[in-house]
Amino acid sequence: MSAPAVELKDLRKSFGKTEIIRGTNLMVAPGERVAIIGPNGAGKSTLFNLISGRFGPTSGEVRLNGERIDGLAPFEINRKGLSRSFQITNIFGRLSVFENLRCAVLWSLGYRYAFWKFLAGLKDANERAEQLVHMIKLDRKRDTLAMNLTYAEQRALEIGITIAGGASVVLLDEPTAGMSKSETARFIELIREVTVGKTLLTVEHDMGVVFGLADKIAVLVYGEVIAFDTPDKVRANARVQEAYLGSVLADAQAAEAGH
Amino acid sequence: MEFFTISMLNGLSYGLLLFMLSSGLTLIFSMMGVLNFAHASFYMVGAYVAYTVARIVGFWPGLVIAPLVVAVLGAMFERYCLRRVHKFGHVPELLITFGLSYVLLELVQLIWGRTAVEFQPPVALRGPAFTLVNSSIDGLHLVWGAAPEAMCKAADAAVRIVCSPFPATRGFMMLVAVLMLIALWLLLSRTRIGLVIQSALTHPEMVEALGHNVPRVFMMVFGAGAGLAGLAGVIGGSTFVTEPSMAATVGSVIFVVVVVGGMGSLAGAFVASLLIGVIQTFAVALDYSLGSLLGGLGFKLGEGGHSLLGLTLAQVAPILPYLFLVLILIFRPKGLMGTREG
Amino acid sequence: MATTTTTNRYGAIGPRDLIIWALFALLFAVAPLIFRSGLAVTMLSQIGIAIVACLSYNMLLGQGGMLSFGHAVYSGLGTYVAIHALKAIGDGTFPLPVSLIPLVGGVSGIFFAVLLGFVTTKKSGTTFAMITLGIGELVFAMSLMVPEFFGGEAGVNANRMAGKPFMGITYGPQIQVYYLLAIYTFICTALMYAFTRTPLGRVLNAVRDNPERVEFIGYSTQRVRYIAFIISGFFAGMAGGMAALNFEIATAEVVGAGRSGAYLLFTFLGGATFFFGPIIGAVLMVIAFVLLSEFTKAWLLYLGLVFLLMVMYAPGGIASLIMMNLRVAKFGKLGRLLGWYAALAVTGFITFVGVAAIIEMVYHIQLNEALGSTLKFMGIELDTKSLASWLGAVVTAVVGLVPFELTRRRFAVRWGEVQGEIEAAIRAKEMA
Repeated sequence: MSAPAVELKDLRKSFGKTEIIRGTNLMVAPGERVAIIGPNGAGKSTLFNLISGRFGPTSGEVRLNGERIDGLAPFEINRKGLSRSFQITNIFGRLSVFENLRCAVLWSLGYRYAFWKFLAGLKDANERAEQLVHMIKLDRKRDTLAMNLTYAEQRALEIGITIAGGASVVLLDEPTAGMSKSETARFIELIREVTVGKTLLTVEHDMGVVFGLADKIAVLVYGEVIAFDTPDKVRANARVQEAYLGSVLADAQAAEAGH
Repeated sequence: MEFFTISMLNGLSYGLLLFMLSSGLTLIFSMMGVLNFAHASFYMVGAYVAYTVARIVGFWPGLVIAPLVVAVLGAMFERYCLRRVHKFGHVPELLITFGLSYVLLELVQLIWGRTAVEFQPPVALRGPAFTLVNSSIDGLHLVWGAAPEAMCKAADAAVRIVCSPFPATRGFMMLVAVLMLIALWLLLSRTRIGLVIQSALTHPEMVEALGHNVPRVFMMVFGAGAGLAGLAGVIGGSTFVTEPSMAATVGSVIFVVVVVGGMGSLAGAFVASLLIGVIQTFAVALDYSLGSLLGGLGFKLGEGGHSLLGLTLAQVAPILPYLFLVLILIFRPKGLMGTREG
Repeated sequence: MATTTTTNRYGAIGPRDLIIWALFALLFAVAPLIFRSGLAVTMLSQIGIAIVACLSYNMLLGQGGMLSFGHAVYSGLGTYVAIHALKAIGDGTFPLPVSLIPLVGGVSGIFFAVLLGFVTTKKSGTTFAMITLGIGELVFAMSLMVPEFFGGEAGVNANRMAGKPFMGITYGPQIQVYYLLAIYTFICTALMYAFTRTPLGRVLNAVRDNPERVEFIGYSTQRVRYIAFIISGFFAGMAGGMAALNFEIATAEVVGAGRSGAYLLFTFLGGATFFFGPIIGAVLMVIAFVLLSEFTKAWLLYLGLVFLLMVMYAPGGIASLIMMNLRVAKFGKLGRLLGWYAALAVTGFITFVGVAAIIEMVYHIQLNEALGSTLKFMGIELDTKSLASWLGAVVTAVVGLVPFELTRRRFAVRWGEVQGEIEAAIRAKEMA
């Protein structure tokens, strides 16, 4: 039994006097796709920030592939194989789509702080960046400045940057936020394609997305995981129903997704 | 003993002046996210305007008129220039205030010339507020106003009397600074407009959604900050010297104060202002050097090239704030009480 | 550096780039033959130094998003170290060819950037700017405290005709110095351009655009900034070393706030968002300091006003104005705007004449009282004591300003239309 890809042990985080994350426990196996759901203010983004190193926990452990990563800087965690996207699109606005992706692959290919080599001559970086442009279907816009893309295109680029470095664990923070129905459906396909073989954690509000994408669902309420199981079992969980899923709307969305 | 007291008071008064300036700077920064590079220039303009008004109608009207003029100037600048640049980001905002400082300096030199002007304090403030008389036989006395000549000279050569006056201008500086502090605190915590300002500090969009005219609040805060700087200028200019370089001299120090105290923290600015004010005043007054210290401890220094050690504290005084800045950045980068990242 | 089309898919150097660089080199070689006067050669030498300095500054500002108020520290200290080295060569204690003096400046730039840069790049944004300001003041204040190094108020001087002449070159005549500086300028410019095409250069741009995101692609933002700071310091030091050779003296002003401010002002004016922007800025800087200051005492005021207007209306600087209009021309729409540009130029000029007349008259009262109340302004005689002069100036300013503002607003509308058309055309091409 290999170490879990991501493990949270009694994780706590307080901002001043307010405790946002109150003893979260979670074990995600390698290759699993986990959706984290919960009411607004439950602490989902905070949880992501704790895992990815944006800030450190007040107490508790975060482990990546068995190794402790709590308290490390984001770039250290990223180098160990964890990558994340952001809820508010976070791209390099004044670089082209291609340059955005090329930047994202540089460290993983070992180029580090090199100022004695030309980008044009880095075959592997250029090839990988081309692959990525193709994967996120922005070939036509490869030379457009990222700030000039449409919203959905920027979200696609965001995903591209996230997986570019070849991280084995991918965190996606509300990837389909603000998208229309058709855009969402296409986007789910894209996410499925690009995260084959990787461990995926995503925060989502759209139940259709959740049930369509996830192997397991973690329900976060007031900073604690109250359920972590397959989608059907979670739907049937009384505590979850009471806290979150007990609404006609959620049922309808899930029904639409065909479950 | 009296040297310590007087120097301490001088240091505190200078620190309070620094606080008058850095509080306005901090308010503007907290509110609008822009560090007003021209803040010290408003200080300078306040001094010059008060000087001109004083020559026509007198110092006391100038004390009121000059800050108002500077406040209006600041508000106009915010309305017509700064607001336009706001959408480009923080760097252009800083750049435009930088440009303003250039232009204000040149305008002041254009109108009032490049040399210092004689901005005298009013007659009421010309003498000492009080004098400490230290006599070797009588001990320490405090005399209000100036001590009469007779008190300062001893008939008997064996008796040593030292008279240390504390200038009234300095006392007035402290008074105005403290009054301003209280008024600011009352305004922010007790009035409605203060409440709006406090909320706009962290949630400007929400405040605007509630119907408050946030751009107008910004304009008023910027104008008020400028006016405070102008007020400090009236006092600083009449106490110290009124010349074109006064902006540059005090400008870099208040930026150090703001960074050392922690960007966005009024309390931090207060502590840092007093600290730097007192340290610099004492340093200027002390004539000891590292070399003399070592010599006093028994080390013999060799010949030649030891100018660094031969520097007295007084000569080193100008760089102390910057040394302080570097040290704080190494050991406590958030500043003494920092809350907001730059 | 942002472009929408690349020479080829990955940004390699292509034939078009080589032609541009060849022309650049040719320009340097030929300039003193076109502008022959002694003043011209002096200015050209200074332009070379300024180009290296401003480009090094833009590595921080335009490429890295780091606003520094203390860049003169690195170029200035480079000048001081280089001057001492030059003196040592003259004394015979330092066996270095004089031609390599700028490298001494460069090495000192590295040294000081490594030393001071670590603390400086710990923070970003506004705090970073304040730190550079503080360190600049620190170094400037120290210049009066350590006379062995800084030479006190008189500064330090040296003779560049030191050491053995190399192939008959003694560096006595200015023209020899010019060609040496031209070679250094060309090499430094080429190196700094090459930097923008390297992994570190590109990640530096990413740090400018989104410092937080960079951490999540595996790079330490602080480390990137620190290394870039050191490289920028190297080139700043080179510029300082070149200045030591050119002026043969170093005084405290080379590390002063005025010098740092000038770098900022002119780099921004030239344009921080394009690589060649600072080159334009550098040329303007030398012209302003050497020529403009002779024309009018109020030149700093004019400069400040131009800077303010630039920040408000054209934050990308002159380079961006050029590039935007080139783009309009490429789409064949420039003809429509030419009339508007002419109108703006005429009304702007009238406004300028009126305002300048007022400024010059006020200056005249202030500074030249002994010379009487009349002054010559653009061929007209003005009398500061006569109401007619003042009235005339004010009226001219107003007569220019009102139509200018009206024209500007209409122009803005037209410009927006043109931009819209261009964008539509681009989108259509993408869809095809």
